[in-house]
Amino acid sequence: MAAVSDVNQFVATQDGGNPFTGPPQGDNPFAKITDNVVRVMAAPRPPRAWYIAFGISLSLLTMFFGSIGWVAWTGIGAWGNMMPVSWAFPIVNFVFWIGIGHAGTLISAILFLLRQNWRTSINRFAEAMTIFAVVCAAIFPGVHIGRPWLPYYMFPIPNQMGMWPQFRSPLEWDVFAVSTYATTSILFWYMGMIPDFATFRDRSKSVAKRISYGILAMGWRGSSRQWHRYERAYLILSALATPLVLSVHSVVSFDFATAQLPGWHATIFPPYFVAGAIFGGFAMVVVLAVPARQFFGLKRIITIDHLELMNKIMIATGLLVGYAYGMEFFIAWYGGNRTEGFTFVNRAFGPYAWAYWTMITCNVLSPQLFWFRKLRRNPWVTLAIGMVINVGMWFERFVIICTSLARDFLPSSWGYYIPTPVDFMTLGGSFGLFFTLFLLFCRYLPMVAMSEVKAFHPSVLAHAHGGGSHGDHH
Amino acid sequence: MSHAHETQKKPTGPAPLHGLLAEYESPWELVDAATKVRDAGFSRWDTYTPFPVHGIDKAMGIRMTILPWLVLGAGLTGLASAILLQWWTNAYDYPLLISGKPFWSIPANVPIMFELTVLFSVLTTLGGMLVLNGLPLPSHPLDLKERFARATDDRFFLLIEASDPKFDAKDTRALLDSTKPAVLDEVLEDRATPSEFPKALVYGMVILTAAAAVPFALAAKARFSKSRSPRVHLIQDMDSQPKYKAQRENPFFADMRAQREQVDGTVAVGELRDDDHLFRGKIGPEYARTFPPQIPLDEATVARGQQRFGIYCTPCHGFAGEGNGMVAQRAELLASTGAGKGMAWVPPSNINQAYLRQQPVGQLFDSITNGVRNMPAYGAQISTEDRWAIVMYLRALQTKSAAGH
Repeated sequence: MAAVSDVNQFVATQDGGNPFTGPPQGDNPFAKITDNVVRVMAAPRPPRAWYIAFGISLSLLTMFFGSIGWVAWTGIGAWGNMMPVSWAFPIVNFVFWIGIGHAGTLISAILFLLRQNWRTSINRFAEAMTIFAVVCAAIFPGVHIGRPWLPYYMFPIPNQMGMWPQFRSPLEWDVFAVSTYATTSILFWYMGMIPDFATFRDRSKSVAKRISYGILAMGWRGSSRQWHRYERAYLILSALATPLVLSVHSVVSFDFATAQLPGWHATIFPPYFVAGAIFGGFAMVVVLAVPARQFFGLKRIITIDHLELMNKIMIATGLLVGYAYGMEFFIAWYGGNRTEGFTFVNRAFGPYAWAYWTMITCNVLSPQLFWFRKLRRNPWVTLAIGMVINVGMWFERFVIICTSLARDFLPSSWGYYIPTPVDFMTLGGSFGLFFTLFLLFCRYLPMVAMSEVKAFHPSVLAHAHGGGSHGDHH
Repeated sequence: MSHAHETQKKPTGPAPLHGLLAEYESPWELVDAATKVRDAGFSRWDTYTPFPVHGIDKAMGIRMTILPWLVLGAGLTGLASAILLQWWTNAYDYPLLISGKPFWSIPANVPIMFELTVLFSVLTTLGGMLVLNGLPLPSHPLDLKERFARATDDRFFLLIEASDPKFDAKDTRALLDSTKPAVLDEVLEDRATPSEFPKALVYGMVILTAAAAVPFALAAKARFSKSRSPRVHLIQDMDSQPKYKAQRENPFFADMRAQREQVDGTVAVGELRDDDHLFRGKIGPEYARTFPPQIPLDEATVARGQQRFGIYCTPCHGFAGEGNGMVAQRAELLASTGAGKGMAWVPPSNINQAYLRQQPVGQLFDSITNGVRNMPAYGAQISTEDRWAIVMYLRALQTKSAAGH
C-alpha cells in the first residue's frame, strides 16, 4: 500500500495558469516532497481559485456571525424551534459537525495503529478538517442555550451560588467529551506539524515567516534523540485518541439514547452514530482533498489510489449505516412496543417522509456507485458523491431529531417543525467558518505531513526491509 | 574549551570549536556511521534527520524514554481527579437529587472519568515530550551552518561535540572520514546570538504577567469585601424592563399610581359569595345557629369533616380536639424545660369547653375561616364545604364528649 505515494510518478496536468501544477524541484525524492508542499507557502500568491473560494467563504462567515449576533440580540425566537421540536437545527448542526470531525482522528490515530501507511498523505488534511469541524460544532450548543454569555455554567467553576454542574447528565458528559476531543485533536495536529514547521522555517525567505514558523517549530532541528521521544509521544497520542474518538460520538448519542422518547431510546445508537460519523467524515475529507490536490498541485502525493482507498472505506461505512437504518426498524417491530413501531412507520411515511427518503438515497444508495472501479477512481465523481453523502448525513440527524420530537407520546402536543431564514443562514454560515479556516490552513500551514511521507517513501521502506538491519552489524 | 567560553564575558578572537558535522545523502549511510560512532564510545553526539530513520535508535544506542511512565501517572491523576470532582461536587458539597438516583454511582460517572484520564494523559504526552527534548530551544550553534537547513529537508547529519571526553580533533575527524560523509565540516560556537534573553522582552513579560493578575486580584477583593454599590452586571438580561410595578408612581394616570383599581362593583366569575349563611356563617348580623341548606346533614359530611380535621386540625388540637396535639405537646415541653423555659405560649383551645359547646356553628365556621388568637386563618386552604364539614365533625366530638362526662 505504501507504494502509492510514489513522488517520482509524473502526472501531466492541463491548467497552465496554476503555478503549482509543474513537477516539484529537487535532485532526490525527499527534496521533491519538500518542494511540493513548501512551494504553496513560499509562493507570493495562491491560485485564483483560492481567492474566489476565500471570498465566498468569508461572506458566508460574515453571514454566520451576523445571524448568531441577531439571535443573541433578539433571542432564540428568531429560529423555528418551537415545542415539541425544541432541539431542531442547532442540535442537528452540532451533531452533523461533530460527526464530520471524526474522520481526522480516525485517519491519524486508528489507521496509524493499524499501520496503514497510505494515511500519511491525507492525515494532516483530515486532522485540520477535524479541528475546524469541532470549532463549528462547539458554537451551536453555546448559541442554543439562548444566553450565549453563560456557557461557563457548564464547567465546574466555583461560584457565588455554591452550585455545581450535574455530572450524571449526558449533556454534561458532552461538554467534557467535546472539549477533551477538541484539545486532543489540536495538540495531536500541532505535534504532528512541529517537524514540518521546522521545514517551513528553514525554507522561508522572509524574516516574518522565519520568526512565525520558528516560534511554531519551537527549535526543532530533527535530532534523532528528539525523534525517539517524538515518535513515542505520537504512538501514545494515537493510543489515547483511538478510544477517545469512539467515545465522543458515543457520548453524543447518549444525549438521545438516555432519553425516553421513542426513536431516541435505542441501545444501537452509539455504534450507529460512530459509523455514521466516520462515513460523513471521510466524505468531507474527499470533498476537501479533491479541490486541494487539484489547485495546489498535490496530485503526486495525494494520488488517485488514496482517493480510491477512501472511497472503499465509504462503501463499508455506508453499508454499516444502511444496516443501522434497517436494524432500527427491526428492533421497533421485534420489540413489540406500539409507540416505537408507530415512530418508525411515521418516520418513513409520515410528514417527514421526504427527509427520510432523501437520507436513504444519499447515504445508502449513492455510495453503491463506488462498486464500479471507474467511478471510484474518478476524482470528480468522488467529489460529487462526497457532497451528496454530506447532505445525507445532515438529513440523518434531522430525521432522528425532528421526526422523533414532532410525534411524542401525547398526540395533543404533536407539531411540525418549520425552520426560519435565520436557521438556514446559521447553517450556511457555519460552512463559511469551516471553509475560511480550511483555506487559511491550505495557504499557511503544511498541508501534508512531509516527514511522514518521506519516512514511508518506497526507497526508504525498500532499504529498511530488504536491505537488512543496518543497526545490527558492529 | 567551551567551558572556558561560558565563563568569558566578552569573547575575543576566533570562536572555539563546537563539534564536527558530517553530512550524508541517505539514511542508511547515516545509520552505518552512527553505529561506528556509538562503538567508538562517544557520549555527546547526535544525528539530525528530516524524518525518523528506521533503526537509528539501535544504531545510536538510544535508551527507551520514560515518557510512557509519565503519561501513565498523568492518566491515573486524571482518573482520580474525575472521581474526586464528581463525588465532591454532586455527592458531598451540594448533593443533587435527580430522579431519586443515588448521589454517587459509578456507571453514570464513568464517561467523565474516561475523558479526564485522556485529557491529563494527552497534555502530559505533548508537554513531557517537549520538556524531555529540551524544547523550545531558540538557538543552537548548528543554526550558523547554512547547509544544516537541509536537515529538515533531504540530508542526514551527524554531529560529535568537542566537549565529548573522547573527542580528539584529529582522531575524531579520521573516524568520521572513514564513514565516507558527503561533507565533513567544523561547527564553531555561536557568538553572534546573545546567550541571554533580550531585556526588553523579559520586562515586557513581567509587566504583562502582572497586568494579567489584576482582574483576578479585583475578583478576589470583591469576593471578600463588602460594598454598598450594586454588583457589576455586564449582561443585563431582563433586569431593567420598560414597565411599571405596583405601588410605583406613574404620571400617566390622574391619581399618579401605577396600579389600576378595579371598577366599583367588579366581581370575578364565581366570586360573588352573596350567600351570607354559607360563606360567612351569618344570618343577618347574628352568627347562624343552623347549618346552611347546601350542606347535607348526613354521615358522609361528618366523615369528610373527620378526614379534613385529621389533616388540618389535629397537629394542634389533637384527635379528640382536646388541645393536646403534637405541636401543643412539644410547645409545652419547650416552655417548661430547656431553651424555651419561661416563654409565653397560648395553647390551642380544648373544643370541649362549655363556651365552645354553646357557640353557634356560624361562629365556629368563622373562626376556622378567619382564625382566632394564635390560630391562623384556614379560609384559603380549606374549601367552604369542607369547613362546614369540619364544624359538623366538631359538633359530633363535642356531643360525644358531653355524653361521656
